Amino acid sequence: MMEHAILKITTKILFAPIILFALYVQFHGDYGPGGGFQAGVIFAVAFILHAFCFGLEETKKAMPQKALIIAMVIGFLFYAGTGVATMLLGANFLGYDVIDPDSTHHAGQHYGILLVEWGVGVTVASTMLTIFYHFTGREPDIDQEDW
Amino acid sequence: MTEGHSTLSAMVFVDLSLLTMLFLVAIAMLRSRHLFAVVMLSGIYSLLSAAFFVSLDAVDVAFTEAAVGAGISTVLMLAGMLLTSRREKPVMPGRAPIAMAVVFITGAALIYATIDMPAFGDANAPANAYVGKQYVERTPNEIAVPNIVTAVLASYRGFDTLGEVLVVFTAGLAVILLLGFGSARGGREVSDQEDE
Repeated sequence: MMEHAILKITTKILFAPIILFALYVQFHGDYGPGGGFQAGVIFAVAFILHAFCFGLEETKKAMPQKALIIAMVIGFLFYAGTGVATMLLGANFLGYDVIDPDSTHHAGQHYGILLVEWGVGVTVASTMLTIFYHFTGREPDIDQEDW
Repeated sequence: MTEGHSTLSAMVFVDLSLLTMLFLVAIAMLRSRHLFAVVMLSGIYSLLSAAFFVSLDAVDVAFTEAAVGAGISTVLMLAGMLLTSRREKPVMPGRAPIAMAVVFITGAALIYATIDMPAFGDANAPANAYVGKQYVERTPNEIAVPNIVTAVLASYRGFDTLGEVLVVFTAGLAVILLLGFGSARGGREVSDQEDE
């Protein structure tokens, strides 16, 4: 007998659209509200919802803690690395125009913003999940009666 | 003319009801001793603030408030609440005259400060003149992205945002260090001595 069937099935149905929405927010930060910070949080929320319905251990199988720590570092280094890359190309730190200097509509700025927002999103999502894992993982699952 | 007037009063009505609800939720949070209710009310408070930010045309801030304030914070507060007791210890009212004095003086100072604040949407307000105006004027030519907030966040103030990401990263690192990554238990199911 499956406990909380409605919650579990709803979570399964919602999981992919939430990730999709996170990616939409991530990549449309130039055009609408949102960006890496919001996208990262929404991405993390999908996994938190998963953890609420299926238990933390199941979520840790899908998204292991070690991968999150690597993602945290990669996200930050990706952002800083974009800055270093523009320096190596001869511009200032994070001077994106050098990425596509011949563009008439500042395509370099678009690329640069996209790259650093990606770094922001990866770091925020993995950090939020890490904090959640560590807070929630400190106590065994609570009984139904305790609520 | 009449249409514009009715839209204006509708906006005022929305703003007033949002602020009233914010006030009521804050009072309810203060009065409740049940921590689960307080956490849920703080989530509602964040969501109402997000709605209020939308009515102020600050959609990016509203989005962040809804995602971080109402979403992640509530979840983390719930997780933190599970590690402590479910009820706040009752406090005797009227036993903290110094605290009352501090609260009243600070509140009076804040209300006094609002008298000097520029009107909402005032073109000459410091927030809309100087550097803010420069961003609005220059973004179409220099960055060419439609969302000026993103242009400021990721390009003009890219170095600041790098610092913000470092802050988030450091917060995660601190939690890992404090709550035990690399311990034999792997940060799971720590059985602390329960104080009764």
